Amino acid sequence: MSDDRHPAFMPLILVGGLVFGFGLAYSHMARPEVVLDFLQFEDFGLVFVMFGGAAVTGVTFFLAPRLLSRAPLTGDTFERRLKSFDRNVLIGGAIFGVGWGLSGICPGAAYASLGIGNVTILWALAGMFIGAYLQGYWRTRSETRETAATGAD
Amino acid sequence: MVIEALPLQVTAELFPNGISRYAVGGLLVGLGTVVIYLGTGISAGASTFLESTLSYVSERSRFQQYVSSRDWRVVFTLGIILGAAVYAVVYQGGAWTTDVQPWRLLLGGLFVGIGTRVGKGCTSGHGVCGVGSASKTSIIGVLTFLAVAIITAQLVSALGVSP
Repeated sequence: MSDDRHPAFMPLILVGGLVFGFGLAYSHMARPEVVLDFLQFEDFGLVFVMFGGAAVTGVTFFLAPRLLSRAPLTGDTFERRLKSFDRNVLIGGAIFGVGWGLSGICPGAAYASLGIGNVTILWALAGMFIGAYLQGYWRTRSETRETAATGAD
Repeated sequence: MVIEALPLQVTAELFPNGISRYAVGGLLVGLGTVVIYLGTGISAGASTFLESTLSYVSERSRFQQYVSSRDWRVVFTLGIILGAAVYAVVYQGGAWTTDVQPWRLLLGGLFVGIGTRVGKGCTSGHGVCGVGSASKTSIIGVLTFLAVAIITAQLVSALGVSP
């Protein structure tokens, strides 16, 4: 599959990541203290980060499907791929909120935090990988059980 | 515009560090997402990397479903780290480390790792990409984690845990 990819695919992903990471560091979101200050109502700057980002993606997501036919590097269309809503969005969102409120760090900001030299953030990254593994472990097991139950019928 | 109309005092109280670093940083985060989207049609979030990278070491189907994207997600994450490192070199003049206690980072990270994957997205997937595409699922997701995070942080602070 990687053979089919456009030679500029990976370089473009890297450039996008560089800008994304630089932006996270510039906005100070890579510092858990600044996120905690927001959550404790001491500095509302985070609102501008999220809406600044969403404004740029919003304009692009609106215009790209109307002005462009296909993405040059993959040939894919610019259709909206919306995630379906179910109670997992609420349950997962609440669990994420507990973690974000406790640590002041989220995944993208954690990678950026490593980039600004914050080696202490490896604690959070370790926790994220363990958490992602645990939910994968639980959910694979419950899926297997459901399949087995259906199969028995 | 609204902000300019507010009395300066209130603005200074709400934004003790000004707003330019946040607004410029946010625009750049959006720009990074847009660069990838315009070239590839992919709206990239940061948290799928956790599961897609686990597919290198675990055969579980939950992680293996991300095999086709795991290589570029590693590159995306390396880009984020390098981009932040460029900031550190240019503006920060060296490494910065947090004073937030390791147990908060580890335990918080654990909840973040579970929650973001169960909830189908994080602050970049739901917050920047999802809100940008006016997805109701993402807006509900953001409101949920924002409300719970505020309550959690205030509780932790009220219990005297700092930083």
